[in-house]
Amino acid sequence: MTPLLELSGLVKRFPVRDALGRRAGAVHAVDGVSLAVAKGEVLAIVGESGCGKSTLGRLMLRLIEPDAGSVRFDGEDLGALSPAALRARRRDMQLIFQDPFASLDPRMTVEQAVAEPLRLHRIVPREQEAARVAELLSRVGLRPELARRWPHEFSGGQRQRVAIARALASNPRLIVGDEPVSALDVSVQAQVVNLLSDLIRDLGLTFVLISHDLGVVRHVADRVAVMYLGRIVEQGPAREVLSAPRHPYTRALLAAVPGHGVKAPPLEGDVPSPIAPPPGCRFHTRCPFAEARCRDSVPELGGGDHRVACHLADSLPAPEPLPPRLAGGDRLRRLQSFFRAPAPNQGAQS
Amino acid sequence: MSATAALPAAESPTRRAIRRFFRHRLAVFGLVVVVLFVTVAILAPVIAPYDPLQTSWARIRKPPSWEHWMGTDENGRDVLSRVIWGARASLMAGVISVLGALVIGVPLGLLAGLAGGWTDAVISRIADAMLSVPFLILAIALAAFLGPALENAMLAIAITASPVFVRLARGMALDAKSTDWIEAARALGNPPWRTAFVHVLPNIVPPLLVQASLAIAEAIIAEAALSFLGLGQQPPHPSWGSMLNSSQRFLTQAPWLSIFPGATIMLVVLAFNLMGDGLRDALDPRAEKK
Repeated sequence: MTPLLELSGLVKRFPVRDALGRRAGAVHAVDGVSLAVAKGEVLAIVGESGCGKSTLGRLMLRLIEPDAGSVRFDGEDLGALSPAALRARRRDMQLIFQDPFASLDPRMTVEQAVAEPLRLHRIVPREQEAARVAELLSRVGLRPELARRWPHEFSGGQRQRVAIARALASNPRLIVGDEPVSALDVSVQAQVVNLLSDLIRDLGLTFVLISHDLGVVRHVADRVAVMYLGRIVEQGPAREVLSAPRHPYTRALLAAVPGHGVKAPPLEGDVPSPIAPPPGCRFHTRCPFAEARCRDSVPELGGGDHRVACHLADSLPAPEPLPPRLAGGDRLRRLQSFFRAPAPNQGAQS
Repeated sequence: MSATAALPAAESPTRRAIRRFFRHRLAVFGLVVVVLFVTVAILAPVIAPYDPLQTSWARIRKPPSWEHWMGTDENGRDVLSRVIWGARASLMAGVISVLGALVIGVPLGLLAGLAGGWTDAVISRIADAMLSVPFLILAIALAAFLGPALENAMLAIAITASPVFVRLARGMALDAKSTDWIEAARALGNPPWRTAFVHVLPNIVPPLLVQASLAIAEAIIAEAALSFLGLGQQPPHPSWGSMLNSSQRFLTQAPWLSIFPGATIMLVVLAFNLMGDGLRDALDPRAEKK
């Protein structure tokens, strides 16, 4: 079966200019990423801020043009589409933004915002629009009476629900969520994560979740891809990657989750500049296990279900066995049970 | 946490601005004066006591009296009636030329800001070049080139005033372009023209409105200046500028010929400026939210 979304060899560099406007180098935001997302799957892309995960999200939807590589959506090369054909394609792929205070047009009511994709792609006739908007709003746990309100009247959590309703409006086959909960208060985060996982389950959505919050990732993801400095260093089924990480960077990332209990040597130093990424394995400057060959040759992402881009993956000491549940996940789950949303038609909860 | 139930009824940003505008006394004064003059201009045939073109050898350069509140001019025409009819020419010139400047300037500014690259460079350089020439000089040159007529004066003022709107719209479009909601508009599948007119334009209306009301004041002065130089309203039809033109020879003998049209221009321009300032304060998003 062809995957719904297939990225191969994606590269994106942003030119850096000096004071006189001359090209002084480039930020290697995404550097050779290949990924596949199967229909109905939830893929999480995790990594520190600045590792290129948001850029990758925009490349997937072709909101920005890659410098190399291709994006295939349902077998079709998005790069080969005319601008008009690409716009028509957008009904099938939607984006949820991180900051719900910035992603809604301040001069559009909730109804106008949610109805916009319906109009653009002629999903329903005009006279059914209001009913469809009401249905979408109750689907995301907002009272349909709120349709006439303006975004500035809402809290962050409510706005994010509106943004989710807008993303669902055109019945997309793929939704990319770029840190969809990290700008929200912790209590609201739990509600929105619950909402997203309910929607994913009930609607059978294919979802790419870009996040640095491993608790959220564990809660919803089927598969995980770990990014470091524009490259994928490890990729595999969520349970395996999160409980038996093979890449030293993934281990360090997991060890940084508070109360986690796994022991991994803490990382030294800062993330190197993406303008001049280190040669060889990009992680060698901070890797506690690095050897000479790590400085010279670039490790390839291996094959199989659980892939890792590390020369030493097979010779590393086994990580200490992890508890079955991450402490971070438990904290989130406790919060979630605390704030479990009532049936959607009972109104907004944030 | 059903705080939504306690929220007051939805108030649109427009409504809020209107409410704030009306708390601004000077702005309301400006609005009243503007409305008054617009009414006068529309009702000119009804309220003007005399025919503004009717000359009379019997009453040349008579000072203000009960029959002629503002006196009579060198051809024996009633100054009050000419000021009233002149309001038509002056206000029309002000409003229509600014509308013209908006129609020319805003789409070009949006295009420059949103398209970027060469399009932006070409449009911006042309606007800069036009702004480097003093406003009146350019308007006079254009009006002289187009030929003396009120319509040509309005066109000249519209073209001369448009670079300000190009710059303003471009700057606002650049701001908007970097926001998430514009990227969201693109991600939803909006074509570029729809993003520009449905998403960007409504969000830049407030500063455009403020600029437009101030530009009307400037355009009224420009029309008066052009008419004063004989490039605008043609005799015998009255406009405030052309009235000043013909009155200059009698400045010492018959000062009322200059004072009344001059004071009227001042009052109307002041009113538009006060209204513009009030609008700016009312539409300022940084002002208090209440």
